[in-house]
Amino acid sequence: MTRLEQTAPATVLSVNNVKKRIRQKEIIKGISFEVYAGEIFGFLGPNGSGKTTTIRMLVDLIRPTEGSIKICGFDVHKQHDEALRCVGCIVENPELYPYLTGWENLAHFARMLPDVDEARIAEVVEIVAMDQRIHDKVRTYSLGMRQRLGIAQALLGRPKLLILDEPTNGLDPQGIKEMREFIRRLAQDGLSLFVSSHLLSEIQQLCDRVAIISHGEVIRVGKVDELVAQGGSVVWSVGVHDEAQRLIAGSPHVQAVDETAEEPATAGQAALLRIVTRMDRAGIPALSRELLAHGVDLYGVEVKNPTLEDLFLSLTEGEKIG
Amino acid sequence: MIKKKRFYVILLILLALIPMFTYAQMRVAQNAQKQFGTTDWRVQQRQNINDWERRLSSARTPEEWKQRLQAQIQIANYYLDNDVDPSSPNAVTFTREFMRNAVGLFIPLIIMVISADIVSSEHSTGTIKLLLTRPVRRWKILMSKLLTVVFFTSLTVIATAVLCYVVSGLVFGFGGWTAPTFVGMQISGADVDFSHVRAVDQSYFMWMELGLVWFSSLVVALMSLMTSVLIRSTAAGMGVMLAVLISGTILVNMVSSWESAKYLFMVNLDLTKYLTGSLPPIPGMDLSFSLTVLGIWAIASLIVSFAVFARRDVLN
Repeated sequence: MTRLEQTAPATVLSVNNVKKRIRQKEIIKGISFEVYAGEIFGFLGPNGSGKTTTIRMLVDLIRPTEGSIKICGFDVHKQHDEALRCVGCIVENPELYPYLTGWENLAHFARMLPDVDEARIAEVVEIVAMDQRIHDKVRTYSLGMRQRLGIAQALLGRPKLLILDEPTNGLDPQGIKEMREFIRRLAQDGLSLFVSSHLLSEIQQLCDRVAIISHGEVIRVGKVDELVAQGGSVVWSVGVHDEAQRLIAGSPHVQAVDETAEEPATAGQAALLRIVTRMDRAGIPALSRELLAHGVDLYGVEVKNPTLEDLFLSLTEGEKIG
Repeated sequence: MIKKKRFYVILLILLALIPMFTYAQMRVAQNAQKQFGTTDWRVQQRQNINDWERRLSSARTPEEWKQRLQAQIQIANYYLDNDVDPSSPNAVTFTREFMRNAVGLFIPLIIMVISADIVSSEHSTGTIKLLLTRPVRRWKILMSKLLTVVFFTSLTVIATAVLCYVVSGLVFGFGGWTAPTFVGMQISGADVDFSHVRAVDQSYFMWMELGLVWFSSLVVALMSLMTSVLIRSTAAGMGVMLAVLISGTILVNMVSSWESAKYLFMVNLDLTKYLTGSLPPIPGMDLSFSLTVLGIWAIASLIVSFAVFARRDVLN
């Protein structure tokens, strides 16, 4: 192995210029991204953006019109068996056979995987903490239990990549918290994860890198930290003063003023101006000294931490379904 | 042990219907006894022949029915001359007759009920996503479905025969295995060719009949499998198969003048009538013809099933 191969991260999933046309309409217009070994990769997109279609293409449920998808180096369509041996997935709701018990369901799917014996099934049941109810019929399970059973079947084959489509769908806050911790644990054990979710706050906490898809195209791919750092703002709350806006807008530290809002006086609080600016934190002391020097009443300086949600909404603004 | 309860429901249905038919048969025998004052079959046979001859001479009988009547009379006389009772009342005869009557519609329907949703139910419950995302090629998945369908078809045919025998045997007695019956009569138009006729034990006849019923049922099962692959809604798929099978029974009675109808699979399902020499619905049909037609339909539906299943996008 050359030094180059040792240092380059192993690619667990690679999507190359994938397109999909359904009945003359191009739903996926050429997307490419890569997921490296050992990372948690988030996949975001509004409804109707082609997110579900893409996920289904990753596991050979839908065949792309053009392009290729490789898992662990194996083409998902041409080397179906080898590729799918590396991956476990839940696509949308985790549906299982309701008239079988949880254990029987797992045994049924275990038979389709090489090297999965009863010990492994028991192990997986333990990982998802389903020991108590595993021998009850699936029709008696709650949604949370079905989710866990779904993850169990995905983990059976000791996959290198786990694809989770909306894993927190329908879970209560406790369930969501457990799922988050569970995903973190799995990642610590060396599993790569591909998670698609609507809960942007979750993705921001959980994922190392994200891709944002909109209208069938991937509009951003990159590390969460980097993407999000581009969006911070500082909100100045000052007393109503003619000079205030001019001073702030004209300051060399301020890159732009996003909005100005007047807040009317309430009991115990004089009227305010809230000015949202884009600026570097380092410029706050200088600007505040300048404002004070001109007699502007300074009520507050708020550093707004950037969120993925802000970035996401601004990027996919105006996306309409269909 | 069989997790899906549907097969047990089928068995229950059989258990409800077969006693009904057994009882009906019993009443027929009792009636004949009352009418003729004797259970001697020869008396009834002669009476039947007289009835048919009378209908033959009537001016209102259509030409094709006349031909059929002439053939029937010849066959009945043959049995009479050789002193063989064409329908001795015992469990074996009952089973034989039941299977012969059921192969046209009843057995195809129960086979259809079991096989028509084998693939479409995976789509409707969503478990198809789990099946297809395994490291197993799609054709292998469909092959397993195919083998299941073959297994259940065989099981159903055997179960029907066994239940018939057991239930009717309780009423009519379990004998009849060695009672003779005739095979090999060839009918063309109004003439019956007796040159190839030979007497066989009823047990031999039963095995031949079961074999033909099994083959016919298998073709129905394969067509249901194809319907299940093509139509992802179970209800719609079953409806289509139901309509096709029932139209078969109607066509059989109506189409003696529509020659090309003999290439439709449902018209060829009743293979057992070739054993007894009954007149086929359309002239020119014989056992090898029907077997070939059914075989071609079976192979075609297999090809379509595998081709569609292997390339389909699972969009929802």
